[in-house]
Amino acid sequence: MAEAGIRLAPVPFDPWAELAALQSALAPAVGASAIFLGTARADAADPAEPDGPRLTALELEHYPGMTERELQRIATMAAAAHDLLAARIVHRVGRVAPGEPIVLVAALATRRAAAFSACRQMIEALKYEAPFWKRECFSDGSARWVEANTPAAADGAAIPGADPAASTGLPG
Amino acid sequence: MSVQVRFFASLRELLQCTDAEVPAAAVRTVGDVWHQAVGERAPPGKLLMAVNQQYAGWDDPVADGDEVGFFPPVTGG
Repeated sequence: MAEAGIRLAPVPFDPWAELAALQSALAPAVGASAIFLGTARADAADPAEPDGPRLTALELEHYPGMTERELQRIATMAAAAHDLLAARIVHRVGRVAPGEPIVLVAALATRRAAAFSACRQMIEALKYEAPFWKRECFSDGSARWVEANTPAAADGAAIPGADPAASTGLPG
Repeated sequence: MSVQVRFFASLRELLQCTDAEVPAAAVRTVGDVWHQAVGERAPPGKLLMAVNQQYAGWDDPVADGDEVGFFPPVTGG
């Protein structure tokens, strides 16, 4: 049975150290590792004003208990579905500075097809199902909640994403 | 004999409420919990909800001792 590990990191973490530890623990069985690393960008508050206020921090709120449970479910499902040697998800909580990692998703397998597919499946599921909320803080002191994650299709790849909002059955 | 209610992120700020407790006898569904906790106010168009930390729907049942969470669409990763 594959190891499916998840962790919430309240302080900055080193994704490369995480990967080195995983890789050495699984060598020489592992033949293919696919990773996704998401980092905080120093975006302009208003894309039309590139010289205006810029992002100085992201504040990441989560639902203690449920967030860990959802991440574990996502990692365990991907590991089983793609016969991984290991799945790993590390996600920051709290205040994140531009340039710092927000999320690391890693899929370690014997071959690349399983590794790529599992990595993509995990990050897409995380984006739409794991209870995290980002608040953007800007250099002029203003702050705002990020409205909703952009579908992967907007990045040029059509991925059927499970949207939990579609199944919550609000009245009306 | 109660149901614990939790609000998160922009919804928590909108309602100015982090936690609430409603009498279990007054609620049968997640929707009932919403109205017991926040009154007549209609839920926002995009609302997610969970019972005992698992995604649930507006009409799903709740029982004494359950925890119900309400929150906006998630934006992690």
